[in-house]
Amino acid sequence: MSQALWVAKTGLDAQQTRMAVVSNNLANVNTTGFKQGRAVFEDLLYQNVRQSGGSSSQDTILPTGMNLGTGVRVVATEKLFTQGSVLNTENSLDVAINGRGFLQILKPDGELAYTRDGAMRLNDQGELVTSSGYIVQPGISIPEGAQSITIGSDGIVSVKLAGQTTPSQVGVLETADFINPVGLQAIGENLYVETAASGPAQSGTPGLNGLGTIVQGALEGSNVNVVAELVNMIETQRAYEMNSKAISTNDQMMQYINNNL
Amino acid sequence: MDELIYVAMTGAKQVEYAQTINSNNLANISTTGFRADLHSFSSIPIEGPGVDSRVNAVVDSYGTDFSKGPIANTGRSLDVAIQGDGFIAVQAPDGSEAYTRSGDLRVEPGGLLSTGAGHLVMGDGGPVALPPSVSLLIGGDGTISVQPLGAGPETLTIADRIKLVNPDTSLLEKGSDGLFYMADGTIADADASVKVTGGALEQSNVNVAKTLVNMIELARLYEMQINVIKTAQENADTAAQVMSLG
Repeated sequence: MSQALWVAKTGLDAQQTRMAVVSNNLANVNTTGFKQGRAVFEDLLYQNVRQSGGSSSQDTILPTGMNLGTGVRVVATEKLFTQGSVLNTENSLDVAINGRGFLQILKPDGELAYTRDGAMRLNDQGELVTSSGYIVQPGISIPEGAQSITIGSDGIVSVKLAGQTTPSQVGVLETADFINPVGLQAIGENLYVETAASGPAQSGTPGLNGLGTIVQGALEGSNVNVVAELVNMIETQRAYEMNSKAISTNDQMMQYINNNL
Repeated sequence: MDELIYVAMTGAKQVEYAQTINSNNLANISTTGFRADLHSFSSIPIEGPGVDSRVNAVVDSYGTDFSKGPIANTGRSLDVAIQGDGFIAVQAPDGSEAYTRSGDLRVEPGGLLSTGAGHLVMGDGGPVALPPSVSLLIGGDGTISVQPLGAGPETLTIADRIKLVNPDTSLLEKGSDGLFYMADGTIADADASVKVTGGALEQSNVNVAKTLVNMIELARLYEMQINVIKTAQENADTAAQVMSLG
């Protein structure tokens, strides 16, 4: 049947996916440590119906050929790892990473995951965990009766216990970095997992070797730019309408031939 | 009668092709750096015995619209848009060199630089390979400077330079993968006068109003061809009727 119909359908599909990405960005405008997604479009293969330069007779060649494009697809939805705004919360267990790096989290299945969401809590064992209860790696336990918790910019966690004058160090919060953070796979719950595209995690002390520093008492906000997303949404909607117009035009052409022959 | 119906049928078929090219432009309205395809019709006479009345219309995709697309700011350091004329050289899947206007770059796990569609970006000598870095900056002439991991901001080193070319667009041909190739199979020379802007992307250059008007025009043209087929059918009916009278 009409190829144009299918080409326009790929346009609708792609715009639909883009709309889903935009909606997800807007829905996560207040999610701590959320990184904006972006749909990457690519034109599909071209179908060569008539080769340019082919012979039209013994002595002449066709100056132009005919290549039919077959539409568009979303080739990737990539995350944009720009820094989100750092919001002060004054909560001693909230940390933001200023610069590159991710906090390391142990998922219940024993695999490591990575996050920029530094809203930590304590579990019943006194261990540092995420809002979902997953243990932050390397594991750090806060002793019972700690009066105050201090997390330095290099990730050193120290507590002041009742009756002591000097704080004692209980652990170091290491962060991990990737050669290609865009290649990380988002799995929800503000977590990312390592993939072949991201490269292996390289953990280290915050502030050294290009890793960002830890800011205590602050959280990193979502890096979604609301205005840009709204403009994206308008653009996506209009592009969707135009592609559906192409479908209805093709439909009318088919209808005309059916009604008149 | 056979001539009439076949000429009209070819016309309708070719309008469908043109509509496909037009729909493809519309479908790629959000594709970064996409260049619209143009179509035209040419007359192909059928030579042979009989009256010289059979002239088929055949559609040509006679090239690509190389006008500039709007530039949108993204703020991402690996997004580059070409200002004015020129192309980014990339490695095609078969290893040859191809050209694109799409500058949504990313770093592959091995440190190679590629476009959003996954084609490796060419540098001074082969694909660009970047050392692990803290920050990365693409200069106006395509020079990539990096701050290597473990070094301070004072050690900004030049890693490579993106190969930017500016061949005459009449020498370029769109391949079946949507990349541009030199029509004669040669490789374009790097051109130092091509300028890029970081943190921005060039969007598709599809002109929406023009494409929609084209779509309507082609739809009407199709109806006209169908009307001619219908007329041929009526002529045949009448002729059959006359024969049955006798």
